Amino acid sequence: MSAPPEPSPPASTQAPDVARFVDEVAPLLGLRIPPECREGVTRNLAGLLAAGALLGDFPVGDTETAPVFKP
Amino acid sequence: MTPADALGIAADIRARRVTAREVTARTLEGIRARDPSLNCFTDVLGDSALHDAESVDAALAGGGEPGSLAGVPFAVKNLFDVAGVTTLAGSRINAGHPKATRDATVVARLRGAGAVLLGTLNMDEYAFGFTTENSHHGPTRNPHDLTRVAGGSSGGSGAAVAAGLVPLALGSDTNGSIRVPAALCGVFGLKPTYGRLSRSGAALFGMSFDHVGPLATSVRDLAAAYDVMQGPDVTDPVCTDRPMEACLPRLEEGTGDLRIAVADGHFASRGEPDVFAAVERVAKALGAERRVTIPENDRARAAATIITAAEGASLHMDDLRSRPLDFDPMTRDRFLAGALVPAALYVRAQRFRAWYRERVREIFREVDVLLAPTTPFPALRIGQDTITVAGAQVPARPMLGLYTQPLSFVGLPVISVPAAGARPLPLGVQLVAAPWNEAALFRVAAVLERAGVVAAHIAG
Repeated sequence: MSAPPEPSPPASTQAPDVARFVDEVAPLLGLRIPPECREGVTRNLAGLLAAGALLGDFPVGDTETAPVFKP
Repeated sequence: MTPADALGIAADIRARRVTAREVTARTLEGIRARDPSLNCFTDVLGDSALHDAESVDAALAGGGEPGSLAGVPFAVKNLFDVAGVTTLAGSRINAGHPKATRDATVVARLRGAGAVLLGTLNMDEYAFGFTTENSHHGPTRNPHDLTRVAGGSSGGSGAAVAAGLVPLALGSDTNGSIRVPAALCGVFGLKPTYGRLSRSGAALFGMSFDHVGPLATSVRDLAAAYDVMQGPDVTDPVCTDRPMEACLPRLEEGTGDLRIAVADGHFASRGEPDVFAAVERVAKALGAERRVTIPENDRARAAATIITAAEGASLHMDDLRSRPLDFDPMTRDRFLAGALVPAALYVRAQRFRAWYRERVREIFREVDVLLAPTTPFPALRIGQDTITVAGAQVPARPMLGLYTQPLSFVGLPVISVPAAGARPLPLGVQLVAAPWNEAALFRVAAVLERAGVVAAHIAG
């Protein structure tokens, strides 16, 4: 009988692997990240995700933001 | 008013004290002599400028009406379409594009008022920056200290006006790109209400926040240029249908009926003491003692950053896919990162924008004009990557948008006025109003200019 798997920590406490996200998602969008850009792209995307986290739990109520389209 | 005042030039030309051709030729000489050390211009349109000037002179000689800006030299950030010129938008990639076949709407309106277009001006690539340290075209240098940046992304516009090369220039502002160079170079800059001036024919960056506007050496020039450029434009879906509201005739109205307050909290922290001293001098001159707090400005900056990165990248996806190394190293990694922003994050940022707009609307029910610094410090050294703010070392360039970004995030009209007492480097103060109330800003700016509290710094 194998040992039970170790429980994973809650998702919110895991450091996001942004470099892996860049490596795996960019090709799906048709982007080839040049090697000399990988570190900078990862750092900048980490900044953008951190900015998103700052907004994540902020209560904005039932704010409606549909783009206005006038036929 | 200064020696380089646009309306003064127009008056001299209309009175036949000087010809438009003479003014244009003199302006071209100044650009030839001084621009090599400043690097404001990417294209100088000598022949067409002289031709346009001769047309103004011919109209006057024939008793015609050449327009309110007759013979006034101006130049535009190189993201505005100019017929016969390739619209670079600060890039190398666009250099391979065909030449524009018509002028951007605001360029056409200035030319229609008799202004003479002298050329196009340097900027951060695709407007993604606050310093105009452009790797393709070289950095634009601050006329007050050639080792320092002019600000950006409309750095060529700010420096060309502050150097006295032209009395009037056009820029664009997504997160602060008119106001930052206006402040760091010591001139007036207007970012009108979102949608007030047509962006048609201007290369876009962050469509949710893109504005265009003038930079000038006096309040009246700023108003004159703004008035000429107003009006509906069916070719820009964002441009308002509101009738134009002329501001030049209102500069003498004073501020007696205006409720003016100083923005505190975010707008009173993390800057150098001289920045806040400049705001206080302006507040004192206006008798503004009230303080008001706009909430959640760091979140506003965060949301604006996400939206800008995502929208900016979306405009350049084909080139990011096929030729990423042709982008400026100063913007490339940020554009690529923007292309990877999850859609849910973008929508969340737009939802926060609507929330923040409501809070700002509440404030403007109580006040008419807010005062805030334009930048937290004067011009950075060219190549300066970090700066110490509140005891912490942080990336320097994004900090230039600390006080401008939350305001453009919700499209408020702002004039950055140059503080008269700022030495040795210029500093700016933002005058901020409710949407569509540019007139209040011009009235306040005119009072401050008459009182000598604000004045353009022209490097001769």
